[in-house]
Amino acid sequence: MKLRLKIWRQPNATEKGKFATYDMDNVSPEMSFLEMLDSLNGTLVEKGEMPVAFEHDCREGICGSCGLYINGHPHGPQKLATTCHLYMRVFRDGQTIVVEPWRARPFPVIRDLIVDRTSLEKILVAGGYISVDTGQAAESNTTKIQKENADESYDSAVCIGCGACVAACKNASAMLFVSAKVSQFALLPQGKVEAKRRVQRMVARMDELGFGNCTNSYACEAECPKGIKITNIARMNREFWKAKVCGQKTV
Amino acid sequence: MIKQSSLTKKFIMAFAGIFLVLFLLVHLGINLFILPITVNHQEIFGQAVQFMTSNPLVKVIEIVLFLTFLIHMVYGIILQIQNWIARPKRYRREGWSQTSFFSKFMIHTGIIILIFLVIHFINFYFVKLGWTAPPTGQAPVLGDHDFYHMAVNLFSNTTYAVIYIVLLILLGFHLSHAFQSAFQSLGLNHSKYTPIIRWLGYAYSVIVPLGFICIPLYFLIF
Repeated sequence: MKLRLKIWRQPNATEKGKFATYDMDNVSPEMSFLEMLDSLNGTLVEKGEMPVAFEHDCREGICGSCGLYINGHPHGPQKLATTCHLYMRVFRDGQTIVVEPWRARPFPVIRDLIVDRTSLEKILVAGGYISVDTGQAAESNTTKIQKENADESYDSAVCIGCGACVAACKNASAMLFVSAKVSQFALLPQGKVEAKRRVQRMVARMDELGFGNCTNSYACEAECPKGIKITNIARMNREFWKAKVCGQKTV
Repeated sequence: MIKQSSLTKKFIMAFAGIFLVLFLLVHLGINLFILPITVNHQEIFGQAVQFMTSNPLVKVIEIVLFLTFLIHMVYGIILQIQNWIARPKRYRREGWSQTSFFSKFMIHTGIIILIFLVIHFINFYFVKLGWTAPPTGQAPVLGDHDFYHMAVNLFSNTTYAVIYIVLLILLGFHLSHAFQSAFQSLGLNHSKYTPIIRWLGYAYSVIVPLGFICIPLYFLIF
């Protein structure tokens, strides 16, 4: 396959960046997107140029560190796939591919395609945990949990925190991420203990970090590589309401 | 107001929006009597106007309505500005994966509706207060509460009628996203009822503007 790549190059956080164009001739359709970038970097190093910096770790779609904005889609055009699971066969021979970093005020560019996603961690620190001691693995069915709740909690917990929802949202809102974390705990008895405090703290931290507001466009749901649903956002809204109205303490 | 939580702002937007949605229904219900749908439609319209301009409870609701409009606008603008700030650098190739297309243009349709609202006020509400002169035309306007003849005069003007129709189509676009969005913002999302709410929203955003459009259309054709 022949491809033309337009990649965002930025030497560091302070200097201005610009797009660089690279033509590639021998791209195998079986390559993953990251392997294609590895191959590009190989050629760049041979030529004595700086390789394109991009983040990656497990390359199995579970760590959430890869994340490129490819042709107008976070993680590329393939549904329910991270960038490492995106294969070159989804592109046409001779196609131009625009590769950009996640764009959001809370995600400053560190270099080229790498952005600082610490802000997502900061939201988790604000409340994405439980403090109750769950003890040893208990006898099954000791704690009764409705099957639907267990399923939904699991479906929310599969969020890998890659930030594709923020990248996809026209407002750079992190509500899908935050709501998945809120839901994962709020649906289970162990998480209910701190539910009121958690939702208020996490939402406050999210606002403080400068993420945008949700306008219910649902681009996040459409682009999420893990299929996190917008019903989580509605649940977070309900949890927030409950906490503000019924909670004894405003956090 | 700016410091309020993003979710609180969304709740307020949604509540205000739902109130405005209900108001539109009442407004349409009365307006339809401008059309000859019954023999004494003009008389019924007159009675409705009389009731709406004199009943003390309506006066109270009127103040609530104005405040609601104001809140919806101010919060809408604040939210939009915050959203723009949240992405200082835009993508070169913008994504179009939004499943709700008109959500992209809420601020634009909103501002156009606001401009229309000002025109609407100059034409009707300010006349009632005696601040502006009633719209003139073929029909003689009998006093500053004769909304029937004011409407007839305005809709007989082709330019006004066409602008009115275009604006109501834009209102329909605004509503088609707004209706279901308000419920989602309030946390009312349910596997059984959300599909119903969505269809209800689409139906509302087509039927209500169409109802309003029928009136100038009648005057354009007949």
